[in-house]
Amino acid sequence: MTLLDFARGPAIHWSLIIMATGTIWRLLGVLVLTRGADLSRPRDAFGNFKGYRTVFSRAWPSGEFTTATRYQTAMAYVFHLATLVVVIGIVPHIEFITRLTGASWPGLPNAAGVGAGVLALASLFALIARRVSKPAVYCSTWGDYLSWVLMAAPLVTGLMAFAHLGPRYETMLAIHILSAALLFAWFPFGKLMHAFWFVFSRAQSGVAYAHKGVRI
Amino acid sequence: MTTGETLGEFLGRQGVSRRAFLKFCSAMASMMALPAASVSALADALEQARRPSVIWLSFQECTGCTEALTRSNTPSIEGLIFDFISLDYHHTLQAASGAAAEAAREEAMHENAGQYLLLVDGSIPSVKAYSTIAGISNLDMLKDSAAGAAAIIAIGTCAAYGGLPKAAPNPTGAMSVEEIITDRPIVNIPGCPPLPLAITGLIAHYLTMGSMPELDRLGRPLAFYGENIHDRCYRRPFYDRGLFAETFDDEGARRGWCLYKLGCKAPETYNACAQVKWNQGTSFPIQSGHGCIGCSEPNFWDKGGIYDSVAMGQFGSGPKIAVAASVGAVAGAGAALLARDKKHKTETKMHSDE
Ligand code: SF4
Repeated sequence: MTLLDFARGPAIHWSLIIMATGTIWRLLGVLVLTRGADLSRPRDAFGNFKGYRTVFSRAWPSGEFTTATRYQTAMAYVFHLATLVVVIGIVPHIEFITRLTGASWPGLPNAAGVGAGVLALASLFALIARRVSKPAVYCSTWGDYLSWVLMAAPLVTGLMAFAHLGPRYETMLAIHILSAALLFAWFPFGKLMHAFWFVFSRAQSGVAYAHKGVRI
Repeated sequence: MTTGETLGEFLGRQGVSRRAFLKFCSAMASMMALPAASVSALADALEQARRPSVIWLSFQECTGCTEALTRSNTPSIEGLIFDFISLDYHHTLQAASGAAAEAAREEAMHENAGQYLLLVDGSIPSVKAYSTIAGISNLDMLKDSAAGAAAIIAIGTCAAYGGLPKAAPNPTGAMSVEEIITDRPIVNIPGCPPLPLAITGLIAHYLTMGSMPELDRLGRPLAFYGENIHDRCYRRPFYDRGLFAETFDDEGARRGWCLYKLGCKAPETYNACAQVKWNQGTSFPIQSGHGCIGCSEPNFWDKGGIYDSVAMGQFGSGPKIAVAASVGAVAGAGAALLARDKKHKTETKMHSDE
């Protein structure tokens, strides 16, 4: 079995198994723990609705913070959008998803994919630079750095495989798939879970504040 | 058996012009990445070369390798160089049969001990009874013939890496030459079949230099297997622009777009098909509209479906991810119930403390 056979065979399969199990486990484990009923009557009759609205309203910093958070908001948006384009726009990625799910759609030209990959990587560096330079703001744990490394690795290795840099193409492709496998396997256990949590945590804070009559 | 005639004399006798011969030499020199100035030296050395004794053993094979080499419409220089070598034993091509054929092999081995080239096509079954020639198992015949060989050339993917006979579940326990013989220089010329130019090119190299060329990590001559086919493919601009044939008869296929999505394995395949091409430079698989199947790579037969693209995950006997998700659901629910129970207990305790 070559490295590539291992990577696109058992390695990626098991990483997806770990990701699926872990994600559902953590989601259920927390969601079943509902908050108890309010001890007093909610101040705002539309509290629930406002809570759900928070899911979207928190996608942007509120006015007071615009200037202070401009840098990381911009970088985070660039990163998330570029990564989305990379994940669902590049033809080999679509081929992978098609094999897994049966769904398929047209891909982007390689140049666009490479552009998005470079943007994603650059913004990721911009974000880590801020995190490292402001330890007091972020209180980073090793898990945060691990998440960063595991996120950056597939971008770096993917770009290298495309550009035929480093080892031979099939070896680089194998390393790229393995780096994605590590990312999948780590996904449920670090802050990457925010991809799921953000909906619930925002809604929860929204509902709680609304019930207390806080203007949100 | 080694005879006095040189290759130059032989080709002259066959009516090959000096011009055609030099053309062949410059093609060889460029394949072997030799400087242009060395073409005449190469030609001189080739002309002076004397016939080497060659024993060709065929084991678990389909004769495609021999066919590829000998089946050309007009005799090519590749074919003639092949004719030039003193083929002392070759099942398919020799006139002798039975005991006489085996006697010829024994004689060649004896007379040219330590000198002859051993060419092998086909894989070797480790279960001896599965393939025998004149009552001798393939395994024994290979070991016996390899002992006195100057070098071994494993022709075709079967001899080089086990090939088709080795495909799972490998019923005959097929093995490649290099898995069995470890004390002789071995050069692999894989392909199903290999390019004729790679076979004769290697022989020409051996005749002129007296040694084997530089090899890659899979034992293949870098001159012929150093390049990735995808890097040399004339459809590559379509790949870069994201234009792919989705089926074999759609608009993209008619317009000659990239075959990546139809399972082209060229991105992980190293061979000279795109430059040298087949049938006197007429075409090669990708040019004829079918993706590369990666036939010069080890275990190509077991690397997922021929029409699965390189990027597809190989999930074996059905993805277990859905099952895993249900396991996660049960584990999550369990964890949650425990936590809930704990929460209720704590609440009750807090209330009773008040
Ligand atoms: S047809 Fe095959 S070798 Fe040619 S560009 Fe497409 S993937 Fe590469």
